[in-house]
This record gives sequence, structure tokens and C-alpha cells, in this order.
Amino acid sequence: MTAGIDLGHPQAQAIQSDEDVVRVRQLVRTVAVAARLSLVDQTKLVTAASELARNTLVYGGGGVAEVTTVDNGRRRGIRIVFADDGPGIVDLDLALTDGYTTGGGLGLGLSGARRLVDEFDIVTGSGQGTRITVIKWSR
Amino acid sequence: MERVPVLKIGDILLVSIQVDMSDQTAVQLQEDLAERIVATGCHGVIIDITALDIVDSFVGRMLSTIASISRVLDAETVVVGMRPAVAITLVELGLSLNGIRTALNVERGMELIAAAQADDYDYSAEDEPDDETTATR
Ligand SMILES: Nc1ncnc2c1ncn2[C@@H]1O[C@H](COP(=O)(O)OP(=O)(O)OP(=O)(O)O)[C@@H](O)[C@H]1O
Ligand SMILES: [Mg+2]
Repeated sequence: MTAGIDLGHPQAQAIQSDEDVVRVRQLVRTVAVAARLSLVDQTKLVTAASELARNTLVYGGGGVAEVTTVDNGRRRGIRIVFADDGPGIVDLDLALTDGYTTGGGLGLGLSGARRLVDEFDIVTGSGQGTRITVIKWSR
Repeated sequence: MERVPVLKIGDILLVSIQVDMSDQTAVQLQEDLAERIVATGCHGVIIDITALDIVDSFVGRMLSTIASISRVLDAETVVVGMRPAVAITLVELGLSLNGIRTALNVERGMELIAAAQADDYDYSAEDEPDDETTATR
């Protein structure tokens, strides 16, 4: 994953309830507008954030989202880290398959979110919690 | 928890979602609508999502479920006002919005429901053909 230079401090939002998932969407939207992402890119990033924040709540047992504006010298972007200390994902390939769910969902959150962003990195393992980093670059 | 209002306009229930719904609010709306369809005997439901700047898998699934529930309760659901950026994102997310009818705006949605009802009427007329129709066969 290309790191890029942070522009300003990360803004953190705890994810402990339904309402916090709404707050994550609102925070990401505000930052994406300020970074001048196109309307379609804003929409894709907020949608991906909504999916990942819900997973953090439902499967990770709660956690945090950190939103930072970054710059790679050519483009500006938004980086979001979703972190939880939950059970972790045992079979990552399976979890990233369209339609795979251990809950009552459609199994589209993880795989769909990956398609909606430019960079997607996940660190997880049984009993190790889950840390997902995504970046969307401005065009 | 916020609650999304359901309005009755003639034979149609109109839901205009104006807030960024929490998952709980979305589930509540699903239940409220089912109850209102039965209580009012309405045959059409219009869900206006003009104000929604995203539809994720949860809300997408809620829309599909409302469409299925209303069909069982003899009502047609039309989702109107989806923004282009939302449509593009939904496709990339992989959500197919199974069984959902869509229209550009509330007016078109009402036309669609009226047309669906007219179709129903024709079918029921065909079930019991009158003497004239039988005679020409
Ligand atoms: N933070 C997490 N911690 C533990 N397991 C997770 C986490 N995120 C996802 N998973 C696992 O990966 C599976 C797939 O997630 P995904 O978001 O794609 O589908 P879903 O949440 O089950 O359904 P949908 O998001 O379509 O409603 C989940 O069912 C769950 O088992
Ligand atoms: Mg999910």
C-alpha cells in the first residue's frame, strides 16, 4: 500500500453502536468533500466506510475508525483505518468472496468495499482482531 | 431512535427518507410499512430516496425486503429518486436490488403503480370472460 504523507491529524470515531456507524459515514463524507473528491468517489468511499464500520460493530464487537487526509506528491486522498479487537477473520480468502457471510447479511460488505476503494489492506487472524486500511485517491 | 414517517396519499403510501438512517431505523421502517399496508389496504408504496447520498448493503436489503413484503400483502413498491452516483456505487458494490421496481420521481412512480393496477384489473377480467368475449373465440 502506498503510504503518502499525512495532511493533518487523523480524526477518530468510536464504533460502539448503530448511531456510531451513521457518525462514521458523516465524518468520512465531510473529509471527502473537504479533500475535493468527485461526487461519485465520495459516494463510493462513504458506502465502503459504512460497510466496514458495520462489520467492525457486528463481527468485531466494536472498535474505531480513523480518517486522515493524505498526499502522495501527485494526488490527495483519504485513508481510513478500521480497527477492532474482536475474534479476527480465520479464512480471509473466504471472507473476501462475494456472498460469503457468517451473519445474516448478503456477504457483500467486505468484497464490495474492496472494489469501491483504490487501496485495501487487511491485517487479521484468529484471535488477533481485525485492522483494515483503505485509501481513495482524488482523480 | 429516529423514525421515518409514512404518509398516506389516496391509495398510496409515500415514504420520503430524509435522514441518514441507522440500521435500527431502517428495520423499524420495514415493520411500520408492513403494518400500514395492512391497516390502510393501500395497493402501492412509493419510497423516495432522493435525499439519500448513499445506499449500502443494509439499506439495499431493506428495500428488497419491503418490496417482497408488500407483494405478499398485495401492494406494489416503487423506489424513486435514486441519484446517479448511488446507482453507480450500488452496481460496483454488487447489490442487485432484487425485485425492486424503480422510477425517476414520485410522479412516474405513481404512474407505474396505476399501470400495475390496471394490468391486475385486466387479468381478473380475463379470468371470468363475459359472454361477448367467449362468443368471439
Ligand atoms: N471485523 C471483523 N471481524 C471478524 N469477522 C469479520 C469482520 N468483518 C467481516 N468479518 C467476517 O467476514 C464475513 C463477510 O463479511 P461481509 O461484510 O462481506 O458480509 P456480511 O457482513 O456477512 O454481509 P453484508 O455486509 O453483505 O450485510 C462476515 O460474515 C464475517 O464472518
Ligand atoms: Mg458486512
